[in-house]
Parts: sequence; structure tokens; C-alpha cells
Amino acid sequence: MPADSLLIALPLIIPLFGVALLLCLRRVPERYCLGITVGLCLLLTAASAGLVAAVVQDGVLVLRSGAWPAPFGIALVADRFSAAMVLVTAVIGLAGAIYAIGHGTAKFRGFFTPLYMALLLGVNGSFLTGDLFNLYVWFEVMLMASFVLVALPGGRPQLEAAVKYLVLNFIASAFFLVGLGVTYGIAGTLNMADLAQKFATLEDPGMVLTSATLFLIAFGIKAGIFPFYFWLPSSYHVTPTPIAAVFAGLLTKVGVYALIRVSTVVYTGQQDFIQSILLPLGILTMITGVFGAASQFLIPRILSFHIISQIGYMIIGLAFFTEAAIAATVFYIIHHILVKSNLFLVGGMVGRQLGTQQLKRTGGLYKTAPIMAALFLIPAMSLGGIPPLSGFFAKFALVQEGILLGHWIAVAAALAVGLMTLYSMIKIWNEAFWKAPPVERSAPLSRIPVTMWIPVIGLAACTITFGLFPGVFFEFAQDAAAEIMNPRAYIEAVLLPAELLDPGEAAAPAAAEAARAIEAAEGIGADAPAPAESAPDQPSLP
Amino acid sequence: MSDYSTSILPPAARLLVPVLYAFSIFLLLRGHNLPGGGFIGGLVLATALVLRVMVQPDKAPRLDLIVLAGIGLMVALIAAAVPLFLGQELFTGVWGPEFALPLVGKIKLGTVLVFDIGVFLVVTGVAAKILLVLLAQLLSGQTAPRRRS
Repeated sequence: MPADSLLIALPLIIPLFGVALLLCLRRVPERYCLGITVGLCLLLTAASAGLVAAVVQDGVLVLRSGAWPAPFGIALVADRFSAAMVLVTAVIGLAGAIYAIGHGTAKFRGFFTPLYMALLLGVNGSFLTGDLFNLYVWFEVMLMASFVLVALPGGRPQLEAAVKYLVLNFIASAFFLVGLGVTYGIAGTLNMADLAQKFATLEDPGMVLTSATLFLIAFGIKAGIFPFYFWLPSSYHVTPTPIAAVFAGLLTKVGVYALIRVSTVVYTGQQDFIQSILLPLGILTMITGVFGAASQFLIPRILSFHIISQIGYMIIGLAFFTEAAIAATVFYIIHHILVKSNLFLVGGMVGRQLGTQQLKRTGGLYKTAPIMAALFLIPAMSLGGIPPLSGFFAKFALVQEGILLGHWIAVAAALAVGLMTLYSMIKIWNEAFWKAPPVERSAPLSRIPVTMWIPVIGLAACTITFGLFPGVFFEFAQDAAAEIMNPRAYIEAVLLPAELLDPGEAAAPAAAEAARAIEAAEGIGADAPAPAESAPDQPSLP
Repeated sequence: MSDYSTSILPPAARLLVPVLYAFSIFLLLRGHNLPGGGFIGGLVLATALVLRVMVQPDKAPRLDLIVLAGIGLMVALIAAAVPLFLGQELFTGVWGPEFALPLVGKIKLGTVLVFDIGVFLVVTGVAAKILLVLLAQLLSGQTAPRRRS
């Protein structure tokens, strides 16, 4: 157990250690701090890769903090989905940290690196926790770190963006907190696995729906879905590029993750309700996001609106609520994080080279910086869903499932929005790279430091790898989806055997007793994760 | 010049500040089973530091308070992670000997106390930093942000 515990704890310990260390090293020159940050992110990536490997091998892993049994203590849980998200977080964190060296962080007055690590800490904590109140705490860690990162560079637009960002996210937190209160009031627990059991046997479904709605609003604001997304495009574009890239990749996806986790573990009995809300919201999110992007001419703003439209795809994937659709969503989320962060980074390179990211004043980069043009084209075409790249497989799987289920409106919207996304990407391509520069440049082009090239090339390589070997990643996504859609293994891993109730037999206490006795006899304990009951015919990944 | 150089506050502060120092340590140590603890102790200590600066503006703490918070965070992290390397779960208490102190009562040495000391340092650093920054603004007369012309 301690080895597993260590693996789950490391994605939290490393960033927390980073926060503490970098606060202590406040007087040390920034370049050393950035070096330490990059080193810690490398460690984090290695630890997260180890976690993914362990989860693939052993199934769901659980850490009970303070050795308290599950409903009383806080459990940290890693299954395939959360482990993969932690790994992607580490990769994006590494890319952003390297990029920050070249970009410069002087505006942050020495606080960039500790806040950056605090942000990664909050994101990792949100992915790993198995307790709803603990999730709230991690959200706040993330919110505080990101709020200061938005506000600290200090100009008027930054402060304006920070206020919008903070107010709307505080509203989300308020909804979340009320939801937690309602949930605790009806079930007496906030441990997700325990809640799943309690809700399955509850008499009063009305209050359960109330709490589900409150969580839906809270996570919806975080994820940037349709009526709640306004904070996103009004705050991301004023932040410095490495921060914008990390925000764009990770923050909204934490909301999507929480939506998926809660609706598949806790609210399994309310699937129809969740589906009926999420499907139209997902479609509207896609459409409004993509139309918002069409009217913008500032590169990071266009990209921000495209986060929203892409979130819509993930939401309809969740709304379809089949194993294949969830697999497509998992694949989509991971693909999207890598691609979107990379696009922000390339956008920052364009800005660095030309001194502006305003498309009306850019141009001609295809001639002067052909490599940059190619590096833009890879994630841009992937986002648009052009065949050999990762975005194509993500969209294909989702649309295929939509056709099989007969959700024609969602399918039509997904295809149309894909086309519009491609239009937006081509707009950036034409305006920044292809057309002749609008005015003669007097100043020579700024040089791009090598530390900006490395993360962009690395993330582009990830996108291409996804496109070249989609089978490997899709198999992983399918296994992850099988775990998500059969939360029994998750619940059994978290709770002690005595806590387990079979929802079907809960009405007959004698039968439940018997089932528990059998389970105890078979030794399905909390310490031995139940074997993955799903997809036995699929080979596990190396 | 400080606004607080009245005839009452400085003598009172001279008496109060050492008492507050002792009281914050007292709260920290008794906090495991009784009301108190690192958080409250830290707030009391921060109050004492700020009170001292209010009457003697040149007596600002020499240690960077942000660094103090960083050290506290590190101490807390170590206390949380030590059991992990002893083969136990994260945050499990690892206990040492127990002894009695006058006034405070029974003290049980262990990672829980170390964690509380970490919290104590973090809260002291952050709370004192916030209050001192506000105080500095107050003393320099910038109560409201200046308007840009």
C-alpha cells in the first residue's frame, strides 16, 4: 500500500514542495526559480507517468489520508481517467514552465513560480480527490492561484479581467457550496463513493435532483458551458502567454472532469435528467463559442472562444452517456488540452515576433518564419479535425456514436461547428502567416528564444503521436470509459467492505447481509482493488 | 510620523506585545485537544507583530514574512509526508514521547504538533504581511487608490 500511496501523493507533494521552496527562494534571481520549476515539473511528469502505469496495472488506487476509513477521512482516488489527467497536467505544466523562461516573468514581481506550482497543485488535487468537499477546497486553491496570476501583471485590462474572473468563479463556488450543503443534508456524507450508495437507496429523489442541478451550475461555470462562459473570453487574452496556455489547457477541463466524475459516480440514477439538460447545453455551447470566435480578430481571443466551442463537444459526449461516447470524450479532453495549450503558445510566438497579436496588423510570417507556420498548422488542423491528426479521431468517434444513438441535431451541430472551427483556424493562418504584411516594418523582427521553441515542438510532437497511433490511445480511453461507466470498482476500492451495499438488494437487509458476508469471504477488501470487471477481452497497455 | 503615537497606545503596547507573544505560543501548544492551535496562535502572533510596528514603525520584522510562510508550508508538508516514508498513509500521526509543561498541560510530541507549527508559521507570515501592507498604505496616506488623470 505505501508504494501506491506514494504514487498518488506525489502529484500533490511535488507541487506543494515547489510552492514552499519557491516562496522561501523569493530573493533568488528569477531564472534560478524558473529552472527549479522546470525541474519539479519534470519530476511531476515522471511521477504522473508512474501513476498511470500503476493504475493500468492494478486498477483503481486509493490513498486514505490519515489512515481513516473512507467515509470519515478524505480519500484520494486514482483511476485511469484521473491518472491520465494528472499526467497531461504535468506535461502542460512542463511546457508552460519552459516557455516562461523565454517569455520572461518580470511582471510577476517574483511570485510567478510559487503561484504556478500552486495552480498545478490545485488542478492535480481536483483530479485526484474522491471527496466533494475536498474538491471544493482544491477548486479554491486553483481559483486563488489563477486569480493572482491574472491580476498580478497589474495593468488596467488585467485588473478588469481579474475582477470578472473572480466574481463569476465566486458565484460558481457559492453554488458549489450550497450544493454541498444540500447533499450533506440529505445523505450525511460527501465522499463520492459513499454518496453513490446512499443516493441509490434514497426515497426522496427531488432533493437529489436539486443537488445535481446546483453542482451542474457550479461545474458548468468552471467548465465554461453555454449560459455561463462569459468570464472566459474576457479574462484569458490579457494574461501573459505561458499562463494563458496553462489556463486554456487545464482550468475548464477541471470543470468538465468534475461534471463527468460526479454524474457517473454519484448521480447514476439521475442520468435521464442530466442528459436532458446537458445535450442542449452542449450543442448551444459549441455553436455560441464558434460564432463568438468568428467575430474576433485578436489571436488569444479567437482561441479563447474556441475553448468554449470545444467544451461543447465534451459535454455532448457526456450527455450521450454510453461507454463509447465517454471514451471519445476522454480522448477528446486529452487531445484538446495538448492542442489548445500549444495554439496559445504559438500565438504568443507570433506576438513576440511581430509585437502584436492583432490579426489586422500581422502578416507575412510564412515567408520569414516557415517553421513557426508549420508549428501553427499542426495544432490548428488538429483542432479543426483534419484526418491524420488527433482532433479528427476525437471528433470521428464522437460523431459516430451520435449517429448510432440517433442524436441528429447534435451530430449536425458537431459537424457544422467543426467546419466553423476550421474556418477560424484558416483565418488566423491567412492573416498572420499567409497575407503580405499590411505595413512596411521599420523595426527588425524580434528573435524567438529557444526555450519558446522547445515546448511548442514538444506539444506538436504529442499531437502527431496521437494522430499516428490513435489505436493505443483509444484503447486506453476505452478502458478508462469502462471504468467510468462501471463505478462499482471505484466504489469498492474506496469503501471498506462493511460499508458496501448492493443497491439492488438494499431493500432486503438480509440479502445485503448475505452479500456482504460473501464478499468478505471472497476477500474483496478495500486493500485489494477489485479486478476490472469491464472489458476483459481488451489487453492492458504496456 | 505614525498616527498612533498617543499617550495610551505605546505604553499599553509595550506591556501587551510580550504577553501576546507568550499567549500565541500557549495557544499553539495546547491546541491539540483544547481550543487553540496553529491557526489561532498564528493570528495572535501576527497581531502582536502589527501592534509593535504600529507604535514603533522602524521595528518591522527583519525576516521576510513571505519567506516565513514558505518555511511554514515546508514544515507542514514534511509533517504530512513523513509517515508516507515510514510505511504509513499520508497525514497519519507519528507520535513521540509525552510530557507536561507548566500552564500548558500535557504535550504530546509528534507529526501533528509539527504540522500545527507549520500552520502557525504560515498564518503568522500571511496575516502579518497583509496587515503590514495595509498599515503602510494607511500611514503614507494612500487610503484610496489615486485617480489617474
